[in-house]
Order: sequence, then C-alpha cells, then structure tokens
Amino acid sequence: MKQSTFNNKYLPYVLLVPTFFILVVFLFYPAVETFRLSLFKIHPWTGAEKFAGLYNFIKIFTNGDYLKSFILSAYFAIVVIIAGLFFSLLIAILLNQKIKGMRFYRTFLIWPYALSPAIAGALFNFLFNPANGVLCYFTGFRTWLTDEKTAIIVVIIAAVWKNLGYNIIFYLTALRNVPASALESASIDGAGPVKRFIYITVAFLSPTTFFLFVMNTIYAYFASFGLIDVLTQGGPAGSTRVLIYHLYKDFFVHSKIGYAAAESLVLFSLVVGVTVLQFRTAGKKVHYQ
Amino acid sequence: MKQTKMMKIGTHLLLIASVLIISLPVILALIISTQTVSQVMSYPPGLVPGTNMVNNYVSAWNAVNLGRMIINSTIIAFGVIIGKVTMSLLAAFAFTHFEFKGKNVLFGIILVTLLLPVPVRIVALFDVIRSIHWIDTYAGLIIPFWASATSIFILIQRFKTVPSELIDASKMDGCTPMLYFFKVLMPLTRSTIGALVVINFIYIWNQYLWPLMATNSKEMRVVQVGIKMLMSTESTNNWGVIMAGVIITMIPPLLVFIIMQESFMKGFALQSEK
Repeated sequence: MKQSTFNNKYLPYVLLVPTFFILVVFLFYPAVETFRLSLFKIHPWTGAEKFAGLYNFIKIFTNGDYLKSFILSAYFAIVVIIAGLFFSLLIAILLNQKIKGMRFYRTFLIWPYALSPAIAGALFNFLFNPANGVLCYFTGFRTWLTDEKTAIIVVIIAAVWKNLGYNIIFYLTALRNVPASALESASIDGAGPVKRFIYITVAFLSPTTFFLFVMNTIYAYFASFGLIDVLTQGGPAGSTRVLIYHLYKDFFVHSKIGYAAAESLVLFSLVVGVTVLQFRTAGKKVHYQ
Repeated sequence: MKQTKMMKIGTHLLLIASVLIISLPVILALIISTQTVSQVMSYPPGLVPGTNMVNNYVSAWNAVNLGRMIINSTIIAFGVIIGKVTMSLLAAFAFTHFEFKGKNVLFGIILVTLLLPVPVRIVALFDVIRSIHWIDTYAGLIIPFWASATSIFILIQRFKTVPSELIDASKMDGCTPMLYFFKVLMPLTRSTIGALVVINFIYIWNQYLWPLMATNSKEMRVVQVGIKMLMSTESTNNWGVIMAGVIITMIPPLLVFIIMQESFMKGFALQSEK
C-alpha cells in the first residue's frame, strides 16, 4: 500500500495551489456566503441587508407553495428512483445473457445518457403536445401536459427515460461481477434460477443499487431543472414546480435573495444526508450483510 | 436444448422491443424534423418522413444562431476540460507522490466539496461572478468548474496502481518529480485521462442551469438554452424546425459517446469505485 514518495518540501503545496484557489473562491466562499445570506433580509433592488435570524426559514416553511414543492420533489424523486432502477435492472439482466449482438444492443440501450435533460424536455414536449402529440393520439388523451394531475407523470417518464442508460451501465457492470462460483454452488445446493437471483444476485447488486440510489436522488433533485424548464416551466399551476425550480424562480425572477439562500440550505442538507449515508454504508460493504 | 433456443429468441425480442421503446422519442424527432407544418399538423399524426428536411434544418440553424451557440458550447466544454484535468492531475500527483504536513486535512477539505454541487451555492456564486464582472463571459462559464473532487479521486486511484519501483528507479536516475510526472506518469495514465475527457465533455455540453443564469446576451448563449429559445421563437406548431434544432444539438455528445464508448465505460467504472 505504502508507495515510494519524492522528497520535496514545497512542491506538493505548489501543485495544490490552483485547485485550492478555485475551491476557495468558487466553492467555499459562495457556500459560506449562502449560509450568511440565509439569515438576512435583503432588499431586491438596493441590496441593503438586515439581520433577520431564522426569518427566511420560517417564511419558506410556512409558505404553502414551498411545502407543496417540498412534497412534490420527494414524490418525484421516489418515483423516478424506483421506476428508473427497476427498468434498468430488467434491461441489464437481458443484456447480461450470453447472446449475439450484445455490444450493438448495449450501445442502443444506453445512448440516451448522452442527451441532455433539456433535450429530453423538448422531445417529450413534442410527444405529449395537445395539438398533435403522438402519445396524446395513441392514448386518446390530449391534456397530458395541461392537466395538473398528469403533467408530473410526463415529467417523471421523461426523467426516467433520460437516466435509464446511466443506470443500465452500472447494473450491467455489477451483474458481470457476480461470481459464477457463488451461483454454481447455490445451484448444486438445489436453488432454482429465481432463488439464485433473489439470494445471490440481488445481494451482490446491493452496493450498486445503493450507489445508484444516491446518484439518482441528486439527479432527481438537481438535473431535473433543464427538463422541467423546457417541458412545463413548473406548471400547470405549479404542479411540476420542484424545489430547484422554486429556488430559481425566487432568486432569479423574484429577486428574493434571502429566501433563495434558505432554500439552497434545504437542498444542501439533503445532499449532506445522502452523502453521509453513502460513506457510512460504503465502508460496511452492503452485500455481505 | 429446444427450451434454451426459445429463451434466446425471447431475449432477442425483448431487447429489440426495449431498443425501440428507448429510441422512439428520437426516431420520431428525426421524422418530424423532415416535415412541413401541414404535415406535422395532420391528425392522426403522420409518421412517415416529409419533404421539408433541408428547410427545417436551415431555419433552425438561422432562427437562434445555432452555429454561434455550438461554438460557445464547444469552447466552454474544452475550456473546462483542459483546466479541470490539468489541475486534477497536479493535485492527485501531490497526494500520491509526496508526504507533507497537513496532507490529510487538505484531502478532507477536497472531500467536503462533494457536498456542494452548483445548485446548493448558486445564489452566492452568482454574486461572486457578478461582482468580478464575469456575467456573459467565457470565464464565468469555465473557471468555476476547474476544481473537481471526483476527477482528483479517480486520478488518485489510478496513480496508486503505478508500481513503486518506477518511482524508485526514477529517483536513482536523478529524475526530478516533474520530469517523472511528464515522462512516466502521464503516458501511463492516458486512458484514464481519455475517460475523464469524455465524461466531462458530455457533462458540460449538457449543462443548463448555470449557463442560463450566467449569460444574458444572445452571443453568449449555449446550445441547451438555445433549445428553449428555439421553442419560444418558433410558433408553437412548427415542430419540424424545433425538432431539427434538437437533432443538431444532440449530435456532438452522441458522436463523442459512440466513438469513445470504451473510454466512457471505463470512466464510469472508475466513478463508482471512488
């Protein structure tokens, strides 16, 4: 483990200067400043600041719109994660069979990963447009995007579609790393294919599932912005306005800087939550339990 | 024997169905991008290629100055990649090939940055960029992304697998650290660097929120924001032109993805190991 090293007192610091310069100016300072701003009332035009304690937090959490957005984001994330992982695992299992043309299939199943959330938004906007959207025609239902109840479903479908490739890649790699010996000894013990899958494959996949859970949570909370901005702009009637979209509106459109900073901290606590969870379980090797 | 053959055919059929379902939105976009407005508006929707392909692509290109946006996105992607990879290489080299005071603390500080994705610090980051007059500049879209914990971790993993004997031998030959870095380490790391380039190209090309906030002028807009502009400039039913624009903007990352697929897979494998 211990690698040989060069002896040089100053060089390592010199090598780290560029990275730390950027980190301080564009990461740590803005992070601390966001924290500070969240405790102030800030005038939208003059920028005059007045200390306000937890005022902004109390305001956002007593605001019906924000609470609605909070619940909507959780619902959106949960459905995107469950549906995304389910379908990608299914496809990865198909891809893991020993058949001809595997590489061809792989390429054509994961390629939407290279597309952006904004492009996904434009594509699904067309597919579900009320005038002549192909999927409106085939479902016999025209108001997918204009109905408060169904718009979020379209956003979910688009979000799952866009991230399927990413999830498939990781599940496929994980499936290939399931040791054949474990499967063999289980089948000698008389376990059928279903039992083998549940007791062995699923167990070996659990670290990947966990990693994907974390990555998909971040995806659902943050990367969904471009998708929603192109697909629904948070509408109709705020029914697809997730937290990041809410933050963008408060900050960029309404210039409510203090609110927006407080909203950033809410998202920050979410990232801290999933990251801590990731590091705790990563050390424990999920699949041996 | 017969049963396994049936299974194989079934697997193929399921895979083909999956490919079709996944590709459907883009196949339809391709078809629509060739249709005239009246062909687009036919109901039930006409699902055969139309007669207006060239016009649609030219209109999309001119409507929002897509050419300029593609140049912007390309400059930004390469600007980020060059800075990020260079700085991450240097940092990873420092962490793996030297012993120095405060190493663990500094490493911990880099680790903490994983908690601070752009949306979390966007309010104050915007203030910083504005106060140094970087709104509407390439610098504002490039430089904040140069430091990357993920890239540093990936390179540290790679550097750790380089045999110690190489360092010892280099030291015996009186090789300076930087000479070793350029002549020995860099060539060995080429494929990992390739993987980082591909992943970051797609990541930066597809970025949306930050470029939307950090630019105002038409000249500085990037392709992703261009899609939304195209949708609001074109009349709502002119899907042929809009889809042509969508197809144009998806080509660069798709080409990179298909040509560099193996690098890409490798990069992903490294990401999950971090």
